[in-house]
Amino acid sequence: MNFLQIFSGASNMVEGVDRSFVVIFGISLFFLIGITGVMVYFIIRYDKKRNPKATQIEGSNTLEIVWTVVPLVLVMVMFYYGYRGYAKMREVPDDAMNIKVIAYMWDWDFEYENGKVSKDLYLPIDKPIKLNLTSIDVVHSLYIPSFRVKEDAVPRKDNYLWFIPQMEGEYEVLCTEYCGLRHSFMGAKAIVMKQDNFNIWLADFTPVDSGTIKGLEILRANACIGCHSLDGSKLVGPSFQGLFGASRTVLVDGVEKSVIADEKYLIHSIKEPNAEVVKGYPANVMQSYTKLLTDEQITDVANYLKTLK
Amino acid sequence: METQKSHLNYIEDTQGRKGIFAWILSTDHKRIGILYLISITTFFLVGGLLGGLMRLELAAPGETVMDAQTYNGLFTVHGIIMIFMVVIPGLGAVFGNFFLPIMIGARDVAFPKLNLFSWYLYMTGALLAVYSQFAGTGAPDTGWTFYAPYSTDSSTNVIPAVFAAFVLGFSSILTGLNFIVTIHRMRAPGMTWFRMPLFPWSLYATAWIQVLATPIVGITLMMIVAERWFQIGFFDPALGGDPILYQHLFWIYSHPAVYIMILPAMGVISEIIPTFVKKAVFGYKAIALSSIAIAGVGYFVWGHHMYTSGMSGTARWFFSFLTFIVAVPSAIKVFNWVSTMYKGSIDVRTPFLYAASFIFLFMIGGLTGLVLGSLASDVHVHDTAFVVAHFHYIIFGGMGFSFFAAIHYWWPKMFGKMYNEFKANVAWLIVFIGFNVLYFPQFIIGIQGMPRRYFDYLPQFHTGHLISSIGAAILLTGIVMMIVNLMKSRKNGNPAGINPWGGVTLEWTVPTPPPVENFDEIPTITEHPYTFD
Repeated sequence: MNFLQIFSGASNMVEGVDRSFVVIFGISLFFLIGITGVMVYFIIRYDKKRNPKATQIEGSNTLEIVWTVVPLVLVMVMFYYGYRGYAKMREVPDDAMNIKVIAYMWDWDFEYENGKVSKDLYLPIDKPIKLNLTSIDVVHSLYIPSFRVKEDAVPRKDNYLWFIPQMEGEYEVLCTEYCGLRHSFMGAKAIVMKQDNFNIWLADFTPVDSGTIKGLEILRANACIGCHSLDGSKLVGPSFQGLFGASRTVLVDGVEKSVIADEKYLIHSIKEPNAEVVKGYPANVMQSYTKLLTDEQITDVANYLKTLK
Repeated sequence: METQKSHLNYIEDTQGRKGIFAWILSTDHKRIGILYLISITTFFLVGGLLGGLMRLELAAPGETVMDAQTYNGLFTVHGIIMIFMVVIPGLGAVFGNFFLPIMIGARDVAFPKLNLFSWYLYMTGALLAVYSQFAGTGAPDTGWTFYAPYSTDSSTNVIPAVFAAFVLGFSSILTGLNFIVTIHRMRAPGMTWFRMPLFPWSLYATAWIQVLATPIVGITLMMIVAERWFQIGFFDPALGGDPILYQHLFWIYSHPAVYIMILPAMGVISEIIPTFVKKAVFGYKAIALSSIAIAGVGYFVWGHHMYTSGMSGTARWFFSFLTFIVAVPSAIKVFNWVSTMYKGSIDVRTPFLYAASFIFLFMIGGLTGLVLGSLASDVHVHDTAFVVAHFHYIIFGGMGFSFFAAIHYWWPKMFGKMYNEFKANVAWLIVFIGFNVLYFPQFIIGIQGMPRRYFDYLPQFHTGHLISSIGAAILLTGIVMMIVNLMKSRKNGNPAGINPWGGVTLEWTVPTPPPVENFDEIPTITEHPYTFD
């Protein structure tokens, strides 16, 4: 376990956070060892064998004042360092680059000022970054341990955090507000690169087919991906990843049958989900979406699923 | 005949009721205390088992013994059981019921029937919580905090779980009310406020929190029900509500609830230390009044659970400031306990071992709380394993160890039998080691960035998780040993006598086990509660 990793300065927030940590930790360790030491000493020194008769002492006002005032001063010192590290986190420089972060069950979208949307957080080194956080379903929390930043993504609320990445490399982005089934898998990467490389990445703006985006939005809006994952993991229903064109064994009235998941099958499964249920998954969990989605929307969904290799 | 009656203890004297009815219909505060002891111990073991299953799953990365949904249900139900059914009622319901009236020289609590009713409410809530685990659409998976809007959307058994917490809350309110009236109205003649022992003092401070703070969580939980049933938008943004409002309302209760757990724990420690040190407690008034200070300031620190929620900057530093202030009265208590040992004549027995280890573990829990109270360092460790380690040191290392101290301290008085002290000390050592091996590694992986409530984790956290899981096995072994040793004493133990430890508070003056109405004649109090000659 590399304990010292906590002092590496991957962002400009590391210093303030770690300083406040070290101040508190240092004072605390002193008192923990001191008080425990004194207590153990007393227990041994004043054992009834060594000291058969206790001396009755009711208290001391001087001592009560000392150990009220001294801790009070020390906790105010701790408060000050915590406040100082935190104050910096709320003062965003004017030239910060804005990135919109959209959290949803269970993934992140990072949307750049030029409209580019990424699943990972690409960042230029030494430039102030402001992340504007929001969520489209429940509360999530964006956490980049190496950068010492964390802020909740709350639906219909605009939260933010900012930092300057100071070291090139790949860092973990995690969700730290419990958000349901796949909370612990809701990760992404923060990739810090040189400004030039970042510019190239940002400019490589291949517009995605609009029909595809619409399909994904429909899947999210109807909570389809709560049961059907986009990354191949098994949830309540089969994953959407690699589904299109694959061969599946389904049960039709209890009889096994092999089908190819073509567009017709996909559309049929959205409209009549319990007619052909993939073997190994429960029937009658999903309801028909005939009345909830238009034919056009269902086609958009099917088109999107074709792109999920 | 009057003298005859005084020889019959509360266990023998069934007051004409048969079998189980002698227990579940009795309004004797001691019998109700035993009812709570049995029910709370049972739920503690169930909650502990669920925690053990979580540690089993986390011993290795990836899916090992259960799927993610089961795991999410486990930590939710573990939290609900441990918080609402074990640690919040815990010391007050068991030892408060049994010993508060005796320690202040009363024959019972002020409202004995209400006291029994509180136990029935407790059991109703508890059964609802158990029902929510097994029935209908599956165990609730929201975490014990029921954060909206996840809790208003989740398809699992949220409603029964919420009702369980609601009913348990009422049990807590009524017990608190009962204790407040008992302490105000029923102290023995001559027992002024500053002649009252420190455990009753801590119960008094706690009772006010129970009465004033619990209704807020009741209202909050009803708002969730209204939102789920009638689509009234309090918290869900889709209905026009505000999820942050939920967090505020929830923590307005649930932070003071931490003090509901820890204040009686501190009270127990303040009783045990003088008895085994044979010396008046150092700074009696400071300890008594710091309980009131903690209860008072503790109301206004709830926002430190929400530094990253998007609260205003002013609110953040305000809550941080008060959080640091509330640390001071806790420190005062620690200094006074340790000073009590100075120039004492210390008899190191099982309850004292638990009390001394309480001080050590509580300090670790409290000091790591400062890291979380500080605005900058909290940003890094908030909602990580560091928080999990911190509050287990406070709740389990604090309230839990205090409970173990109390059961070993008062067991001879409650049942009239002495347990095997050697085995009890061995069990203490195993529990103490297991506890630290279980929770200390979680501080380290938390600092390294391991979030809490994670079913799966990155490979770099494996060592820490594995050590922690081994600790869980050690701890569980120690607890089983402790319970078996206590249970065996009921049959094989030597008679304990009236005052096995040489204590000076009133419970050591009544017969062992105490008779139904405790005192033949109510004593008149003329001096300080901890007067050793």
